[in-house]
Amino acid sequence: MNRMRSPSALAGLLLVLVTLVFAVIGPWLWGEEAARFDPLHILEGHSPEHLLGTDDGGRDLLARTLAATRQSVWLAVLATLITTALGIPLGALPSVLGPRTARFASGLIDSLVAFPVLLLAMFAALIAGTGARGAVVGIGVAAAPGLARLTRTLAGTVASSDYVAAARVLGASRAAVLVRHILPNIAEPLILTVTANLGYALLGLATLSLLGLGVQPPDYDWGRLLHDTLPRVYVDPEAVAGPALAVAVAGIGFTLLGESLARAAAREPSATSAPSASRGESRTELPPECGPLPGTPEAVLEVRDLSVSFGGATPVRGISFSVAPGETVGIVGESGSGKSLTALAIGGLVPRPGEVSGRVLLGGRPLEELSRRELGTRLAMVFQDPMAALNPALRVGSQLAEVATAHLGASRGQAWRRAVDRLGRVRLPDPAGDARRHPHEFSGGMRQRAVIAMGLMGEPELVVADEPTTALDVTVQKRVLELLAEVNETTGAAGLLISHDLAVVSRYCRRVLVMYAGRIVEELPSERLRHARHPYTRALVASSPDLSTDRSLPLATIPGLQPTPDEVPGGCAFAPRCGRVLERCRTDRPEPEDGLACWNPEDA
Amino acid sequence: MTKRLLEVRGLHVRYGRFPAVQDVSFEIGEGEILGLVGESGSGKSSVARALTGLAPRTGTVSGLGPREAQLVFQDPYASLDPRMTVGRSVAEGLPRGLGRAGRREEAARLLELVRLGRETAGRYPRQLSGGQRQRVAIARALGAGPRLLVADEVTSALDVSVQGAILNLIRELRAELGLSVLFISHDLAVVRYVCDRIAVMREGRIVECGTVGQVIEQPSHEYTKALLEAVPRLQ
Amino acid sequence: MFLLRRAIRFALSLVLVVLASFAMLHLIPGDPVRAALGPTAPREAVEQRRAELGLDRPWPEQLRTYLEKAATGDFGESFLTRQPAGQVIGDRLPATVQLVVVTMALALLVAVPLGMAMAARTHGGRGGRTELAFTSVTGGLSVIPEFLLAVAMIALFGVTLRWLPVAGKDGAASFVMPVLALAAGPTALLARLVRVETLRELSSDYVRLARAKRIPAVRLYLVHLLPNTLTSALTMGGLLLTSLLGGSVVVEYVFQWPGLGGTTVDAIADKDYALAQAAILVYGAVSLTVVFLVDVALGLLDPRSRARKSG
Repeated sequence: MNRMRSPSALAGLLLVLVTLVFAVIGPWLWGEEAARFDPLHILEGHSPEHLLGTDDGGRDLLARTLAATRQSVWLAVLATLITTALGIPLGALPSVLGPRTARFASGLIDSLVAFPVLLLAMFAALIAGTGARGAVVGIGVAAAPGLARLTRTLAGTVASSDYVAAARVLGASRAAVLVRHILPNIAEPLILTVTANLGYALLGLATLSLLGLGVQPPDYDWGRLLHDTLPRVYVDPEAVAGPALAVAVAGIGFTLLGESLARAAAREPSATSAPSASRGESRTELPPECGPLPGTPEAVLEVRDLSVSFGGATPVRGISFSVAPGETVGIVGESGSGKSLTALAIGGLVPRPGEVSGRVLLGGRPLEELSRRELGTRLAMVFQDPMAALNPALRVGSQLAEVATAHLGASRGQAWRRAVDRLGRVRLPDPAGDARRHPHEFSGGMRQRAVIAMGLMGEPELVVADEPTTALDVTVQKRVLELLAEVNETTGAAGLLISHDLAVVSRYCRRVLVMYAGRIVEELPSERLRHARHPYTRALVASSPDLSTDRSLPLATIPGLQPTPDEVPGGCAFAPRCGRVLERCRTDRPEPEDGLACWNPEDA
Repeated sequence: MTKRLLEVRGLHVRYGRFPAVQDVSFEIGEGEILGLVGESGSGKSSVARALTGLAPRTGTVSGLGPREAQLVFQDPYASLDPRMTVGRSVAEGLPRGLGRAGRREEAARLLELVRLGRETAGRYPRQLSGGQRQRVAIARALGAGPRLLVADEVTSALDVSVQGAILNLIRELRAELGLSVLFISHDLAVVRYVCDRIAVMREGRIVECGTVGQVIEQPSHEYTKALLEAVPRLQ
Repeated sequence: MFLLRRAIRFALSLVLVVLASFAMLHLIPGDPVRAALGPTAPREAVEQRRAELGLDRPWPEQLRTYLEKAATGDFGESFLTRQPAGQVIGDRLPATVQLVVVTMALALLVAVPLGMAMAARTHGGRGGRTELAFTSVTGGLSVIPEFLLAVAMIALFGVTLRWLPVAGKDGAASFVMPVLALAAGPTALLARLVRVETLRELSSDYVRLARAKRIPAVRLYLVHLLPNTLTSALTMGGLLLTSLLGGSVVVEYVFQWPGLGGTTVDAIADKDYALAQAAILVYGAVSLTVVFLVDVALGLLDPRSRARKSG
């Protein structure tokens, strides 16, 4: 249980334990003293006999505070039981019932949560009558809509999952789905929320009693003690301090415990996934021993010994290549090969806490020496998901125009006209009108065109496109790739196209780099792909079906899996899956030589 | 065509006012793999959901009893309950009368059928790779004893090197069990490789249907031609 | 279209609140008039009052009268003082609205920049200490109830240091403690929400593309992030603003603020049902109005929601 390591969860647990201990022993140890009248010492402040003073009956306030623990916690437990009994079924209903009833239950929850809990509680208490019972019912009922809403959200997520759909196809009844799939998947967050609710119930009951609407004399809970001592805050603040502190300890304890555990539980699944929970820019670092070497003057892009690492994992491991002006180069690889991180590193966009080493030279100059203006105008980037790459809140035109206002000193009018012109160049049907639209009014293909147009706002020398058509349909893919090729043609910009699809890369690039487990294993002209020499490239080509694959034979496959970045073996990373593996492959890492990193290549 | 298993006539699927599938008719023979290709929004997944009872439909579907059409989903990371062991997931569709030991044995047999070891039964989905999970999902579907397997984009979330193994498995299962398959994909090359016949869908309708040879070699509909022309080919 | 839908929903909810406030009197077990006047009141007095209130007539007729009167702003009169409830509320409501509006404005003005600044400072696993400090402080503030803060502030600033007035509403200084006590929790929660949402937006593709364009950081945060962060934070946190209303009742009670809260508490405690009924109706209507305004603001901020809701 490493979740308990969170300091707030620990603090919460401690406070809860203290509260529970006093709830058990409080009335035994101090119950008698708390009830003892002493007419000679009423309404006294702090004294050695009465640390927190006495009340209007001369009873000791410290003893009363401690003895009230059980009553306060018990009422909170009762209220929470009511909340749970009402809230969870109400919230689970929409995912188990038919659509019409579900919509009604859902609407009811939505209208009820709009009302503040305390007001609902007062309303309920008004009907149920002032007193402990009314307060418990009031707080219990008032918190139910919130719990119902959470339950509905959690259950709804599970109910709409593919595995529940599969269970329904297999013939599972609604009840079976509820018991087998929904409840086990929502139980943990619900239990934690109920724990937190216990804290809120305690605070809510204290509030009602403080207002005089809760527990009535001769009974008392902390809220009632506060109600009685509040007017004395100006004279003996210590009289108020006891019950106030007690409420704080118990209420905050339960809330902290439940909420911090719930947060940890919600975070857990994502913590195990890719190291990309949050991103930011990080600068390419110069290795100190390596002086400012002049780059190959004619290359638009030169990458030397580039590595990207996240903690112990190094998804990109020392790759080098260059792109000449006007040239189109493809990087191909499967997911996890490091190809997208390579694209980000070239743009200087590797998310934190990633660390980049090696050098990236754009037009012969290191990335970190280039001004923002140069980076913003000479390099264009296109990402995979055109649905996500445009800001949904801003008009498409203004997202283009900002490049010109930020870097080219254009006025807003000039920038807008330039944006409209560029949208026309990527052949959007109505450039002037489209500029005024929001991204959600565009189709996927139009959005990707708009992103490409954005790259054309400056004077790009290099267009880096990372899986630009993966999210698009084939017919749209074709047109977008043609547009990219045309952009390179007309502007003279070089292109770096990154894709998992060999056919796409081979069609639009003259040269292809094949990446596997963070390294470039082979570099070859696209027309040589069928005659590649690296066993991995060969296998990749063989396993991609096309419109001429022999249907009478089983499709070629590659056994095993690509190693994850934190467990890349020594030697050649492909060795465990390779059919031509030699003893040497497992121990010595082959370095790229004439575009090939392999100890035992296939014949050309 | 071999003996007819399934006949679909005048299938319509609507979500609210939106007609996702309009007047779709097709047949699938016993042991036949019918491919359904189309771009996003063409309605091909809605056909899958309608046949398996997940989407409301009108029209006639004859030849299949309840639970005789089973569905395998696109995303193997979402289609298995993360809190269930592989064995329990696979056993979910098994008939009730088997008893505990019988169910366990049957689940193990199904896992072997999809070329996973029996020991996989004790593992959780998160311990498996995407390809392995997809095999588990297929084993679970087979547990219900289906006569039709509906495979909805089952390889589009997988890497190329893993995709081949799943495609081979589907062809092998057809050969071993005489299973009929409705194979749905956006990838013409994959559909061509796996299927016997192909139906092309666009905007909720089937625009062309024929044998692989006819549709791929001599397409008659303009849209099919455009699709084929857009498929990128290795140079 | 979007606004129309929202307005219809608002109107329907309002009708429900009116019906609920009417039903309240009938849900109370036993005789509310007897409960209000006490067990010693002569039976004639109770009967007479029942007749005055129309409680002896069939309920559909009572409902019609209630609706007719409510439409003209007539909420009956207090069981105890015989003052018109509408007048009592009219006297008390402005102080509550002032308190709540100032608090809401403060919460938004503090939470949004604070949350965004914290996100900017802590994204990508940086600023571990800042993050810990921020989450601890806001986590603590968000669970401490208003009345505890209020009592602690009174003891410290009012009684011990004598910097601020301890009770009542008298000039700007008297706003400080009630507003702070009321704003602390919602501000802390909202700031956390804004930080989380900003972090999420920071990892989105459009921010990556905006970074690739190398636009100035100010533009990135204010033009690109702010609308999206605000939409998602308000979608989840809009209800925090209505929860302020509940807190205001307590804060008004502790600071003896001359608002509607104290009146409501007294009315409930004294079983002055007519007044309580009217007060709850007003609170309900105000809550709904806040939710409606948040919805409208969201619609204006996010072009997608307009399309989604009307599509």
